[in-house]
Amino acid sequence: MQDLTEHFIELIRRTSMDLPADVEAALARAREAEAPGSAARGALESILENIALARGKPAPICQDTGTPIFRVRHPEGWGTRRLRQEIRAAVAEATRRAYLRPNAVDTLTDKNSGNNLGDAAFPTIHFEEVEGQALTVDLLLKGGGCENVGAQYSLPVSALGAGRDLEGVRRVVLDAVHKAQGQGCAPGILGVAIGGDRGSSYVASKEALLRPLDDHNPIPALAEVESRLTTEANLLGIGPMGFGGKTTVLGVKMAGLHRLPASFFVTISYMCWAHRRRRMTVQRDQVTFE
Amino acid sequence: MHALRIPIPEEEIRSLKVGDPVLLSGVMLTGRDAAHKWMVETFVTRKREPQGDDLAVVEAIRPLLAGGAIYHCGPVVAGLDTKDYRFVAAGPTTSIREEPYQGDVMRHFSVRAVIGKGGMGPKTLAACQEAPGVYLHAIGGAATLIAQTVKKVITVYKLEFGVPEAFWVIEVADFPAVVTMDSHGKSLHAEVEAASRAALDRLLAR
Repeated sequence: MQDLTEHFIELIRRTSMDLPADVEAALARAREAEAPGSAARGALESILENIALARGKPAPICQDTGTPIFRVRHPEGWGTRRLRQEIRAAVAEATRRAYLRPNAVDTLTDKNSGNNLGDAAFPTIHFEEVEGQALTVDLLLKGGGCENVGAQYSLPVSALGAGRDLEGVRRVVLDAVHKAQGQGCAPGILGVAIGGDRGSSYVASKEALLRPLDDHNPIPALAEVESRLTTEANLLGIGPMGFGGKTTVLGVKMAGLHRLPASFFVTISYMCWAHRRRRMTVQRDQVTFE
Repeated sequence: MHALRIPIPEEEIRSLKVGDPVLLSGVMLTGRDAAHKWMVETFVTRKREPQGDDLAVVEAIRPLLAGGAIYHCGPVVAGLDTKDYRFVAAGPTTSIREEPYQGDVMRHFSVRAVIGKGGMGPKTLAACQEAPGVYLHAIGGAATLIAQTVKKVITVYKLEFGVPEAFWVIEVADFPAVVTMDSHGKSLHAEVEAASRAALDRLLAR
């Protein structure tokens, strides 16, 4: 097996410094929807200018390069211990090159490790063995501002009239978007998981954020809720940066999990407009990025 | 467009209204969670005894804060090994975490402008009226764009807080922001919160 450290560094560089085309296109559409001269339009103009500038320099789009979250799907025969070592080495080197800000803080001593390496959960790496010959690595850089406005609800929530069904899900998701206001760097993207336990539900809500904005949920009931929630969240009028405006979310991505009879969790992970999501594929000795 | 030069005169602060775009120039300081906790606990409530270089640092930053601006920002900085510092990415961080401290910091250090994102609450709004001061909203995530307005990193204090949490003294030219909380008691954030609450109630009534 080849050493992938250099390719992981490149994956981090691309993720930190350029946005996926679907996200940039959605932001450009959002700009056109806002009134000329409004604060909302001004915010989106600055956002789009910043994206182009970061790509050209190149430099990180946002200074909060977040928690690096890797999802590694590998064929049989790849050693996950070695992949983990290579990813950790790449994260430290990418930090030294200022692709990433040092973000790993020891919670007890408040000491920043300086190289983005903390305990086994920093950076976060999920491994899964899959069929086939290709190794795919998805990376999400998720900043703290948007992570802080994520939420988990345990249905029913009587104050919101939210029962244990999709209507209940709709109610708590809209409540979460209202509570977030502009704090998570709106317009955001919502990853929503329903079911699971508290832990699996949070993991699935982040995994949903790895889907392209313009794809369709294969489960018709979820596809319908995704589209309805996108429309309704935008009726809240919170707008870019919370300045007031037409676009509060760029999209909603949902996942359903089995749950215990007693539990009905709805978990919302909020991703900022700087939706830094990239994929690297290794097929024999060919490495590609998308 | 209001061009503001730091230190900002009181009458200029009073003339600013919610919605006004501004371009800020001069020397300002970054400071976020660790910095605000340190300032308030060591010098305002004095719950904590000054130690190490605390007194020297506070004397150095006092003249910069008086009439000046504090920026909620944890930058990406190049040149850490050579100390030839350069801001690579420097957008605002979420300000509301400083709500317990900000009003005290504004009054104690005579800070005129607080820069960040997401807005702040009633305690800071009250301090804006008294100090007087304003809250300036920078564009969250527009980190490369904003880093270009940082012409020079003059020095850094409390680097032991970590790169994001240290006090970076920077010289900026035409740093762009929008007034979202003014010295007349008006807050765009309170207005948007109320309007979106009404919209939410309508959606939940469906």
